[in-house]
Amino acid sequence: MIEFRDIIYSIDGRRILSDVSFVVGEGETRVILGPSGSGKSTILRLLLGLVRPDSGAILVGGEDLTRVNEERMRQVRQMIGMVFQQGALFDSMTVAENVGFSLLEHEHTDEDEVERRVRETLRQVGLAEDLVDRMPDELSGGMQRRVAIARALAARDPRILLYDEPTTGLDPQAAQRITDLILHLRDAYGKTSLMVTHDIADAYKVGNCMTLLHEGRVVFDGDPGDLDRAESPVVNEFLAPFRSAVALAAQRISTGVPASRAPRPPSAPFSPGGTP
Amino acid sequence: MGVIQTIIERVRGILISVQDLALFTAATFRACFTRPFYGRELVHQLHFAGIGSLLIVVLSSAVAGQALALQLARELAVTGAKSQLGHFMVISVVRALGPVLVGMVVASRMSAGITAELAAMRATDQIDALVAFGSDPMKRLVVPRFIALMVALPGLVVIGDALAVIGGGVVGMQYHITWETYMNGVHLYLTPKNLMVGMIKPFLFAAMIAIVACWKGFRSEGGAKGVGVSTTESVVISSVGILILDGVLTRLVFKLLHW
Repeated sequence: MIEFRDIIYSIDGRRILSDVSFVVGEGETRVILGPSGSGKSTILRLLLGLVRPDSGAILVGGEDLTRVNEERMRQVRQMIGMVFQQGALFDSMTVAENVGFSLLEHEHTDEDEVERRVRETLRQVGLAEDLVDRMPDELSGGMQRRVAIARALAARDPRILLYDEPTTGLDPQAAQRITDLILHLRDAYGKTSLMVTHDIADAYKVGNCMTLLHEGRVVFDGDPGDLDRAESPVVNEFLAPFRSAVALAAQRISTGVPASRAPRPPSAPFSPGGTP
Repeated sequence: MGVIQTIIERVRGILISVQDLALFTAATFRACFTRPFYGRELVHQLHFAGIGSLLIVVLSSAVAGQALALQLARELAVTGAKSQLGHFMVISVVRALGPVLVGMVVASRMSAGITAELAAMRATDQIDALVAFGSDPMKRLVVPRFIALMVALPGLVVIGDALAVIGGGVVGMQYHITWETYMNGVHLYLTPKNLMVGMIKPFLFAAMIAIVACWKGFRSEGGAKGVGVSTTESVVISSVGILILDGVLTRLVFKLLHW
Protein backbone atom coordinates (compact mmCIF):
# COMPACT_ATOMS: atom_id res chain seq x y z
CA MET A 1 0.00 0.00 0.00
CA ILE A 2 2.75 2.46 1.03
CA GLU A 3 6.41 2.13 0.16
CA PHE A 4 9.32 4.42 0.97
CA ARG A 5 12.26 3.62 -1.28
CA ASP A 6 15.76 5.02 -0.57
CA ILE A 7 14.46 8.37 0.62
CA ILE A 8 17.03 11.11 1.21
CA TYR A 9 15.88 14.45 2.64
CA SER A 10 17.90 17.46 3.78
CA ILE A 11 17.14 20.96 5.10
CA ASP A 12 19.70 23.76 4.58
CA GLY A 13 22.42 21.20 3.91
CA ARG A 14 21.62 19.20 7.05
CA ARG A 15 20.74 15.57 6.31
CA ILE A 16 17.43 14.60 8.02
CA LEU A 17 16.74 11.22 6.39
CA SER A 18 19.30 8.94 4.76
CA ASP A 19 18.28 6.02 2.52
CA VAL A 20 15.08 5.34 4.41
CA SER A 21 13.13 2.38 3.05
CA PHE A 22 10.14 0.47 4.41
CA VAL A 23 6.81 -0.96 3.30
CA VAL A 24 3.35 -0.74 4.88
CA GLY A 25 0.99 -3.44 3.71
CA GLU A 26 -2.77 -3.07 3.28
CA GLY A 27 -4.49 -3.06 6.68
CA GLU A 28 -1.20 -2.91 8.60
CA THR A 29 -0.28 -0.48 11.35
CA ARG A 30 3.39 0.39 11.09
CA VAL A 31 4.99 2.31 13.91
CA ILE A 32 7.92 4.61 13.21
CA LEU A 33 9.92 4.78 16.43
CA GLY A 34 12.84 6.92 17.37
CA PRO A 35 14.14 9.62 19.68
CA SER A 36 13.27 13.28 19.19
CA GLY A 37 14.98 14.72 16.13
CA SER A 38 15.42 11.37 14.37
CA GLY A 39 13.24 12.44 11.41
CA LYS A 40 10.05 10.55 12.27
CA SER A 41 7.53 13.37 11.69
CA THR A 42 9.31 14.24 8.43
CA ILE A 43 8.25 10.85 7.06
CA LEU A 44 4.59 11.78 7.48
CA ARG A 45 5.18 15.19 5.88
CA LEU A 46 6.87 13.52 2.92
CA LEU A 47 3.95 11.14 2.51
CA LEU A 48 1.50 14.05 2.51
CA GLY A 49 3.59 15.98 0.01
CA LEU A 50 4.11 18.87 2.43
CA VAL A 51 7.82 18.58 1.66
CA ARG A 52 9.63 16.87 -1.20
CA PRO A 53 12.58 14.44 -0.83
CA ASP A 54 15.96 15.13 -2.38
CA SER A 55 15.88 11.66 -3.95
CA GLY A 56 14.09 8.34 -3.70
CA ALA A 57 10.51 7.28 -4.27
CA ILE A 58 7.31 7.29 -2.21
CA LEU A 59 4.74 4.89 -3.61
CA VAL A 60 1.10 4.85 -2.57
CA GLY A 61 -1.00 2.25 -4.33
CA GLY A 62 1.81 1.88 -6.86
CA GLU A 63 1.92 5.59 -7.76
CA ASP A 64 5.16 7.50 -7.11
CA LEU A 65 4.15 10.68 -5.28
CA THR A 66 7.52 12.32 -5.88
CA ARG A 67 6.64 12.59 -9.57
CA VAL A 68 3.09 13.97 -9.36
CA ASN A 69 2.08 17.62 -9.59
CA GLU A 70 0.28 19.54 -6.85
CA GLU A 71 -3.13 19.01 -8.46
CA ARG A 72 -2.73 15.22 -8.39
CA MET A 73 -1.23 15.40 -4.89
CA ARG A 74 -4.38 17.21 -3.72
CA GLN A 75 -6.43 14.25 -4.97
CA VAL A 76 -4.14 11.75 -3.25
CA ARG A 77 -4.48 13.62 0.05
CA GLN A 78 -8.21 13.01 -0.04
CA MET A 79 -7.62 9.33 0.68
CA ILE A 80 -5.31 10.10 3.59
CA GLY A 81 -6.43 11.22 7.03
CA MET A 82 -3.80 12.90 9.20
CA VAL A 83 -3.76 13.36 12.97
CA PHE A 84 -1.18 16.04 13.72
CA GLN A 85 0.88 16.31 16.84
CA GLN A 86 -1.13 18.35 19.37
CA GLY A 87 -4.15 17.94 17.07
CA ALA A 88 -3.70 21.08 14.93
CA LEU A 89 -7.42 21.84 15.18
CA PHE A 90 -8.47 25.06 13.43
CA ASP A 91 -8.92 27.33 16.43
CA SER A 92 -11.25 29.76 14.64
CA MET A 93 -13.75 26.92 13.98
CA THR A 94 -16.07 24.94 16.21
CA VAL A 95 -15.70 21.19 16.79
CA ALA A 96 -18.40 20.56 14.17
CA GLU A 97 -16.68 22.79 11.62
CA ASN A 98 -13.36 21.09 12.29
CA VAL A 99 -14.72 17.56 11.96
CA GLY A 100 -16.83 18.43 8.92
CA PHE A 101 -14.08 20.45 7.27
CA SER A 102 -13.34 18.08 4.39
CA LEU A 103 -17.01 17.33 3.79
CA LEU A 104 -17.76 21.03 3.34
CA GLU A 105 -14.54 21.81 1.48
CA HIS A 106 -14.67 19.05 -1.15
CA GLU A 107 -17.88 17.15 -1.22
CA HIS A 108 -20.15 20.22 -0.95
CA THR A 109 -22.48 18.04 1.08
CA ASP A 110 -25.60 19.78 2.36
CA GLU A 111 -25.46 20.99 5.95
CA ASP A 112 -27.90 18.45 7.36
CA GLU A 113 -25.88 15.55 5.96
CA VAL A 114 -22.66 17.12 7.24
CA GLU A 115 -24.16 17.47 10.70
CA ARG A 116 -25.32 13.86 10.64
CA ARG A 117 -21.86 12.59 9.65
CA VAL A 118 -20.12 14.83 12.16
CA ARG A 119 -22.25 13.48 15.02
CA GLU A 120 -21.74 9.89 13.81
CA THR A 121 -17.95 10.38 13.68
CA LEU A 122 -17.87 11.97 17.12
CA ARG A 123 -19.72 8.92 18.46
CA GLN A 124 -17.17 6.68 16.72
CA VAL A 125 -14.35 8.32 18.66
CA GLY A 126 -16.26 8.23 21.93
CA LEU A 127 -17.14 11.92 22.21
CA ALA A 128 -20.49 13.38 23.23
CA GLU A 129 -22.47 15.05 20.45
CA ASP A 130 -23.08 18.14 22.56
CA LEU A 131 -19.46 19.14 21.94
CA VAL A 132 -20.27 20.19 18.38
CA ASP A 133 -20.54 23.92 19.16
CA ARG A 134 -17.52 24.10 21.42
CA MET A 135 -14.28 25.78 20.35
CA PRO A 136 -11.05 23.76 20.48
CA ASP A 137 -9.58 25.77 23.37
CA GLU A 138 -12.55 24.75 25.51
CA LEU A 139 -11.58 21.07 25.28
CA SER A 140 -9.04 19.03 27.22
CA GLY A 141 -5.94 17.72 25.46
CA GLY A 142 -7.36 14.24 25.14
CA MET A 143 -10.64 15.51 23.72
CA GLN A 144 -8.78 17.70 21.23
CA ARG A 145 -6.82 14.67 20.10
CA ARG A 146 -10.01 12.67 19.61
CA VAL A 147 -11.60 15.52 17.65
CA ALA A 148 -8.47 15.49 15.47
CA ILE A 149 -8.96 11.75 14.87
CA ALA A 150 -12.63 12.37 14.07
CA ARG A 151 -11.61 15.06 11.57
CA ALA A 152 -9.24 12.60 9.89
CA LEU A 153 -11.93 9.91 9.77
CA ALA A 154 -14.67 12.15 8.42
CA ALA A 155 -12.45 13.11 5.47
CA ARG A 156 -14.04 10.94 2.74
CA ASP A 157 -13.53 7.72 4.73
CA PRO A 158 -9.76 7.65 4.16
CA ARG A 159 -7.94 4.45 3.28
CA ILE A 160 -4.78 5.57 5.08
CA LEU A 161 -4.50 7.11 8.54
CA LEU A 162 -1.38 8.93 9.73
CA TYR A 163 -0.74 9.65 13.41
CA ASP A 164 1.99 12.06 14.51
CA GLU A 165 2.77 11.36 18.17
CA PRO A 166 -0.93 11.01 19.03
CA THR A 167 -0.43 10.57 22.79
CA THR A 168 2.36 13.09 23.44
CA GLY A 169 1.48 15.45 26.25
CA LEU A 170 -1.54 13.47 27.45
CA ASP A 171 -2.05 11.95 30.88
CA PRO A 172 -1.85 8.13 30.97
CA GLN A 173 -5.63 7.64 31.00
CA ALA A 174 -6.19 9.95 28.06
CA ALA A 175 -3.26 8.34 26.23
CA GLN A 176 -4.77 4.91 26.76
CA ARG A 177 -8.12 6.08 25.37
CA ILE A 178 -6.32 7.30 22.24
CA THR A 179 -4.36 4.07 21.71
CA ASP A 180 -7.53 2.02 22.33
CA LEU A 181 -9.25 4.12 19.66
CA ILE A 182 -6.40 3.57 17.21
CA LEU A 183 -6.58 -0.18 17.86
CA HIS A 184 -10.35 -0.11 17.35
CA LEU A 185 -9.96 1.68 14.02
CA ARG A 186 -7.34 -0.85 12.97
CA ASP A 187 -9.31 -3.92 13.97
CA ALA A 188 -12.86 -2.81 13.14
CA TYR A 189 -12.21 -0.93 9.90
CA GLY A 190 -8.98 -2.43 8.61
CA LYS A 191 -7.37 0.96 8.01
CA THR A 192 -3.78 1.12 6.84
CA SER A 193 -1.97 3.24 9.40
CA LEU A 194 1.39 4.82 9.97
CA MET A 195 2.05 6.03 13.49
CA VAL A 196 5.04 8.08 14.58
CA THR A 197 5.95 7.94 18.25
CA HIS A 198 8.81 7.85 20.70
CA ASP A 199 6.65 6.02 23.24
CA ILE A 200 7.69 2.37 23.20
CA ALA A 201 4.65 1.20 25.16
CA ASP A 202 2.30 2.74 22.58
CA ALA A 203 4.38 1.23 19.80
CA TYR A 204 4.13 -2.28 21.20
CA LYS A 205 0.42 -1.89 21.86
CA VAL A 206 -0.59 -0.58 18.46
CA GLY A 207 1.97 -1.73 15.88
CA ASN A 208 1.93 -4.82 13.66
CA CYS A 209 5.39 -3.87 12.47
CA MET A 210 8.05 -1.37 13.51
CA THR A 211 10.72 0.78 12.02
CA LEU A 212 13.29 2.36 14.35
CA LEU A 213 15.06 5.51 13.17
CA HIS A 214 18.31 6.82 14.57
CA GLU A 215 19.84 10.03 13.19
CA GLY A 216 17.76 9.70 10.05
CA ARG A 217 18.67 6.10 9.29
CA VAL A 218 16.65 2.90 9.66
CA VAL A 219 18.34 0.76 12.31
CA PHE A 220 15.54 -1.76 12.72
CA ASP A 221 12.66 -2.87 10.52
CA GLY A 222 10.50 -5.82 11.49
CA ASP A 223 8.12 -7.36 14.00
CA PRO A 224 7.68 -5.80 17.45
CA GLY A 225 8.74 -9.08 19.05
CA ASP A 226 12.07 -9.00 17.21
CA LEU A 227 12.84 -5.45 18.42
CA ASP A 228 13.54 -6.59 21.95
CA ARG A 229 15.84 -9.37 20.67
CA ALA A 230 17.81 -7.11 18.30
CA GLU A 231 21.53 -7.10 18.96
CA SER A 232 22.23 -3.63 17.58
CA PRO A 233 23.76 -1.35 20.28
CA VAL A 234 21.68 1.56 18.95
CA VAL A 235 18.46 -0.40 19.44
CA ASN A 236 19.52 -1.47 22.91
CA GLU A 237 20.41 2.08 23.89
CA PHE A 238 16.96 3.26 22.74
CA LEU A 239 15.20 0.46 24.64
CA ALA A 240 17.28 0.80 27.82
CA PRO A 241 15.05 3.37 29.62
CA PHE A 242 11.97 1.32 28.80
CA ARG A 243 13.56 -1.89 30.06
CA SER A 244 14.65 -0.10 33.27
CA ALA A 245 11.12 1.21 33.82
CA VAL A 246 9.65 -2.26 33.25
CA ALA A 247 12.19 -3.80 35.63
CA LEU A 248 11.46 -1.13 38.25
CA ALA A 249 7.71 -1.68 37.93
CA ALA A 250 8.15 -5.45 38.18
CA GLN A 251 10.33 -5.03 41.27
CA ARG A 252 7.74 -2.78 42.93
CA ILE A 253 4.95 -5.20 42.18
CA SER A 254 6.85 -8.23 43.47
CA THR A 255 8.20 -6.61 46.66
CA GLY A 256 5.29 -4.29 47.42
CA VAL A 257 7.77 -1.44 48.05
CA PRO A 258 6.40 2.03 47.14
CA ALA A 259 8.12 3.68 44.17
CA SER A 260 9.66 6.45 46.30
CA ARG A 261 11.58 3.87 48.36
CA ALA A 262 12.46 1.36 45.64
CA PRO A 263 16.17 1.41 44.76
CA ARG A 264 16.70 2.68 41.21
CA PRO A 265 18.62 0.36 38.88
CA PRO A 266 21.98 2.05 38.11
CA SER A 267 21.32 2.14 34.35
CA ALA A 268 18.02 4.04 34.62
CA PRO A 269 18.46 7.68 33.49
CA PHE A 270 16.60 10.52 35.21
CA SER A 271 13.46 11.24 33.22
CA PRO A 272 11.30 14.22 34.23
CA GLY A 273 7.58 13.67 33.78
CA GLY A 274 5.45 15.49 31.23
CA THR A 275 5.83 16.23 27.56
CA PRO A 276 9.30 15.46 26.15
CA MET B 1 37.67 36.49 5.09
CA GLY B 2 35.25 35.86 7.95
CA VAL B 3 33.69 39.32 7.67
CA ILE B 4 33.49 39.14 3.88
CA GLN B 5 31.95 35.68 4.09
CA THR B 6 29.39 36.97 6.58
CA ILE B 7 28.49 39.88 4.31
CA ILE B 8 28.18 37.56 1.32
CA GLU B 9 25.91 35.25 3.30
CA ARG B 10 23.79 38.19 4.47
CA VAL B 11 23.39 39.54 0.94
CA ARG B 12 22.61 36.05 -0.33
CA GLY B 13 19.99 35.64 2.40
CA ILE B 14 18.36 38.97 1.49
CA LEU B 15 18.25 38.09 -2.21
CA ILE B 16 16.68 34.73 -1.44
CA SER B 17 14.06 36.47 0.72
CA VAL B 18 13.30 38.98 -2.03
CA GLN B 19 12.90 36.13 -4.53
CA ASP B 20 10.63 34.25 -2.12
CA LEU B 21 8.50 37.37 -1.58
CA ALA B 22 8.22 37.90 -5.34
CA LEU B 23 7.06 34.31 -5.85
CA PHE B 24 4.59 34.67 -2.97
CA THR B 25 3.23 37.86 -4.56
CA ALA B 26 2.76 36.12 -7.91
CA ALA B 27 1.02 33.19 -6.20
CA THR B 28 -1.30 35.61 -4.39
CA PHE B 29 -2.41 37.29 -7.61
CA ARG B 30 -2.89 33.90 -9.31
CA ALA B 31 -5.00 32.67 -6.40
CA CYS B 32 -7.26 35.74 -6.64
CA PHE B 33 -8.55 34.62 -10.03
CA THR B 34 -9.10 30.88 -9.49
CA ARG B 35 -11.79 29.03 -7.56
CA PRO B 36 -12.78 28.39 -4.86
CA PHE B 37 -13.56 31.75 -3.30
CA TYR B 38 -14.19 32.02 0.42
CA GLY B 39 -16.94 34.63 0.72
CA ARG B 40 -17.55 34.18 4.43
CA GLU B 41 -13.87 34.57 5.22
CA LEU B 42 -13.72 37.68 3.01
CA VAL B 43 -16.62 39.30 4.85
CA HIS B 44 -14.95 38.54 8.17
CA GLN B 45 -11.68 40.09 7.01
CA LEU B 46 -13.46 43.14 5.59
CA HIS B 47 -15.01 43.69 8.99
CA PHE B 48 -11.64 43.26 10.72
CA ALA B 49 -9.76 45.54 8.33
CA GLY B 50 -12.44 48.14 7.66
CA ILE B 51 -14.72 48.49 10.65
CA GLY B 52 -11.99 47.43 13.05
CA SER B 53 -9.59 50.13 11.84
CA LEU B 54 -12.22 52.90 11.62
CA LEU B 55 -11.86 54.32 15.10
CA ILE B 56 -8.08 54.53 15.01
CA VAL B 57 -8.18 56.14 11.54
CA VAL B 58 -10.82 58.67 12.64
CA LEU B 59 -8.85 59.67 15.73
CA SER B 60 -5.46 59.90 14.07
CA SER B 61 -6.73 61.73 10.97
CA ALA B 62 -8.74 64.28 12.94
CA VAL B 63 -5.84 65.03 15.27
CA ALA B 64 -3.15 65.07 12.56
CA GLY B 65 -5.32 67.19 10.27
CA GLN B 66 -5.81 69.81 12.94
CA ALA B 67 -2.12 69.83 13.86
CA LEU B 68 -1.18 70.36 10.21
CA ALA B 69 -3.79 73.08 9.78
CA LEU B 70 -2.48 74.89 12.87
CA GLN B 71 1.05 74.94 11.48
CA LEU B 72 -0.11 76.06 8.02
CA ALA B 73 -2.62 78.65 9.26
CA ARG B 74 -0.05 80.31 11.49
CA GLU B 75 2.52 80.64 8.69
CA LEU B 76 -0.06 81.70 6.12
CA ALA B 77 -1.37 84.35 8.50
CA VAL B 78 2.13 85.83 8.76
CA THR B 79 2.46 86.04 4.97
CA GLY B 80 -1.07 87.32 4.49
CA ALA B 81 -2.22 84.27 2.57
CA LYS B 82 -4.71 82.84 5.06
CA SER B 83 -7.26 82.31 2.31
CA GLN B 84 -4.99 79.66 0.80
CA LEU B 85 -5.40 77.31 3.79
CA GLY B 86 -7.96 75.15 1.97
CA HIS B 87 -5.64 74.84 -1.03
CA PHE B 88 -2.65 73.75 1.01
CA MET B 89 -4.68 71.37 3.15
CA VAL B 90 -5.94 69.57 0.05
CA ILE B 91 -2.48 69.28 -1.46
CA SER B 92 -0.89 68.18 1.82
CA VAL B 93 -3.60 65.82 3.00
CA VAL B 94 -5.13 64.35 -0.14
CA ARG B 95 -1.91 63.90 -2.10
CA ALA B 96 0.51 63.03 0.67
CA LEU B 97 -0.25 62.99 4.39
CA GLY B 98 -3.64 61.30 4.25
CA PRO B 99 -2.65 58.11 2.43
CA VAL B 100 0.64 57.81 4.33
CA LEU B 101 -0.83 58.50 7.78
CA VAL B 102 -3.80 56.18 7.31
CA GLY B 103 -1.53 53.63 5.65
CA MET B 104 0.91 53.61 8.57
CA VAL B 105 -1.88 53.41 11.15
CA VAL B 106 -3.60 50.55 9.33
CA ALA B 107 -0.25 48.86 8.61
CA SER B 108 0.70 48.77 12.28
CA ARG B 109 -2.67 47.24 13.20
CA MET B 110 -3.22 44.88 10.29
CA SER B 111 0.38 43.73 9.85
CA ALA B 112 0.57 42.75 13.50
CA GLY B 113 -2.86 41.11 13.50
CA ILE B 114 -2.44 39.16 10.27
CA THR B 115 1.14 38.05 10.86
CA ALA B 116 0.53 37.02 14.47
CA GLU B 117 -2.51 34.95 13.52
CA LEU B 118 -0.89 33.22 10.55
CA ALA B 119 2.40 32.67 12.39
CA ALA B 120 0.50 31.07 15.27
CA MET B 121 -1.30 28.86 12.76
CA ARG B 122 2.09 27.90 11.29
CA ALA B 123 3.50 27.14 14.73
CA THR B 124 0.55 24.88 15.60
CA ASP B 125 0.55 23.05 12.20
CA GLN B 126 -2.86 24.49 11.24
CA ILE B 127 -1.56 25.65 7.85
CA ASP B 128 -0.15 22.19 7.14
CA ALA B 129 -3.48 20.74 8.31
CA LEU B 130 -5.29 22.90 5.73
CA VAL B 131 -3.07 21.42 3.02
CA ALA B 132 -3.44 17.90 4.42
CA PHE B 133 -7.24 18.19 4.26
CA GLY B 134 -7.18 19.45 0.70
CA SER B 135 -7.53 23.19 1.15
CA ASP B 136 -5.26 25.76 -0.46
CA PRO B 137 -3.94 28.12 2.25
CA MET B 138 -3.28 30.83 -0.35
CA LYS B 139 -6.94 30.88 -1.37
CA ARG B 140 -8.35 30.39 2.10
CA LEU B 141 -6.07 32.61 4.16
CA VAL B 142 -4.19 35.04 1.93
CA VAL B 143 -6.71 36.05 -0.75
CA PRO B 144 -9.48 37.14 1.68
CA ARG B 145 -7.00 39.29 3.62
CA PHE B 146 -5.52 40.74 0.42
CA ILE B 147 -8.89 41.66 -1.10
CA ALA B 148 -10.21 42.96 2.23
CA LEU B 149 -7.31 45.39 2.57
CA MET B 150 -7.53 46.46 -1.09
CA VAL B 151 -11.19 47.40 -0.47
CA ALA B 152 -10.90 48.74 3.07
CA LEU B 153 -7.78 50.91 2.92
CA PRO B 154 -8.87 53.24 0.09
CA GLY B 155 -12.18 53.72 1.87
CA LEU B 156 -10.41 54.47 5.13
CA VAL B 157 -8.14 56.96 3.35
CA VAL B 158 -11.18 58.79 1.97
CA ILE B 159 -12.67 58.99 5.46
CA GLY B 160 -9.35 60.07 6.95
CA ASP B 161 -8.79 62.73 4.29
CA ALA B 162 -12.30 64.11 4.76
CA LEU B 163 -11.89 64.34 8.54
CA ALA B 164 -8.46 65.97 8.26
CA VAL B 165 -9.69 68.55 5.74
CA ILE B 166 -12.82 69.31 7.77
CA GLY B 167 -10.67 69.58 10.88
CA GLY B 168 -8.50 72.05 9.01
CA GLY B 169 -11.54 74.21 8.35
CA VAL B 170 -12.41 74.23 12.02
CA VAL B 171 -8.87 75.33 12.88
CA GLY B 172 -9.02 77.96 10.15
CA MET B 173 -12.00 79.61 11.81
CA GLN B 174 -9.78 80.27 14.84
CA TYR B 175 -7.61 82.32 12.49
CA HIS B 176 -10.66 84.17 11.18
CA ILE B 177 -10.78 82.24 7.93
CA THR B 178 -14.43 81.83 7.03
CA TRP B 179 -15.80 78.44 6.25
CA GLU B 180 -16.78 79.64 2.76
CA THR B 181 -13.27 80.87 2.00
CA TYR B 182 -11.75 77.67 3.26
CA MET B 183 -14.13 75.42 1.27
CA ASN B 184 -13.61 77.52 -1.89
CA GLY B 185 -9.92 76.64 -1.68
CA VAL B 186 -10.73 73.01 -1.05
CA HIS B 187 -13.09 72.78 -4.04
CA LEU B 188 -10.64 74.54 -6.31
CA TYR B 189 -7.84 72.11 -5.63
CA LEU B 190 -9.82 68.91 -5.13
CA THR B 191 -9.24 68.14 -8.79
CA PRO B 192 -9.45 64.70 -10.43
CA LYS B 193 -5.67 64.64 -10.75
CA ASN B 194 -5.08 65.34 -7.07
CA LEU B 195 -7.71 62.79 -6.14
CA MET B 196 -6.16 60.16 -8.40
CA VAL B 197 -2.70 60.78 -7.00
CA GLY B 198 -4.11 60.38 -3.53
CA MET B 199 -6.08 57.25 -4.37
CA ILE B 200 -3.42 55.30 -6.28
CA LYS B 201 -1.31 55.12 -3.16
CA PRO B 202 -3.79 53.31 -0.86
CA PHE B 203 -4.20 50.45 -3.33
CA LEU B 204 -0.45 49.91 -3.55
CA PHE B 205 -0.03 50.30 0.20
CA ALA B 206 -2.84 47.79 0.83
CA ALA B 207 -1.28 45.23 -1.50
CA MET B 208 2.09 45.61 0.17
CA ILE B 209 0.70 45.40 3.73
CA ALA B 210 -1.36 42.29 2.97
CA ILE B 211 1.32 40.42 1.06
CA VAL B 212 4.15 41.20 3.50
CA ALA B 213 1.99 40.35 6.54
CA CYS B 214 0.82 37.04 5.08
CA TRP B 215 4.28 36.16 3.81
CA LYS B 216 5.90 36.76 7.22
CA GLY B 217 3.19 34.71 8.88
CA PHE B 218 3.59 31.78 6.50
CA ARG B 219 7.40 31.81 6.84
CA SER B 220 7.45 32.06 10.63
CA GLU B 221 9.68 29.54 12.40
CA GLY B 222 10.64 28.78 15.96
CA GLY B 223 7.35 28.57 17.83
CA ALA B 224 6.23 31.43 20.09
CA LYS B 225 9.47 33.35 19.72
CA GLY B 226 9.16 33.09 15.96
CA VAL B 227 5.64 34.54 16.12
CA GLY B 228 6.99 37.59 17.93
CA VAL B 229 9.92 38.03 15.55
CA SER B 230 7.76 37.67 12.45
CA THR B 231 5.13 40.09 13.75
CA THR B 232 7.70 42.74 14.59
CA GLU B 233 9.43 42.37 11.22
CA SER B 234 6.10 42.55 9.43
CA VAL B 235 5.15 45.85 11.06
CA VAL B 236 8.59 47.35 10.44
CA ILE B 237 8.75 46.26 6.79
CA SER B 238 5.20 47.51 6.10
CA SER B 239 5.75 50.85 7.82
CA VAL B 240 9.10 51.57 6.17
CA GLY B 241 7.79 50.20 2.90
CA ILE B 242 4.93 52.70 2.91
CA LEU B 243 7.35 55.59 3.31
CA ILE B 244 9.64 54.31 0.56
CA LEU B 245 6.74 53.54 -1.77
CA ASP B 246 5.30 57.00 -1.15
CA GLY B 247 8.60 58.64 -2.06
CA VAL B 248 8.97 56.58 -5.23
CA LEU B 249 5.36 57.17 -6.31
CA THR B 250 5.59 60.90 -5.68
CA ARG B 251 8.68 61.17 -7.87
CA LEU B 252 7.12 58.99 -10.57
CA VAL B 253 3.94 61.06 -10.60
CA PHE B 254 5.92 64.29 -10.94
CA LYS B 255 8.37 63.03 -13.56
CA LEU B 256 6.16 60.83 -15.73
CA LEU B 257 2.69 62.27 -15.36
CA HIS B 258 3.66 65.85 -14.44
CA TRP B 259 0.73 65.86 -12.06
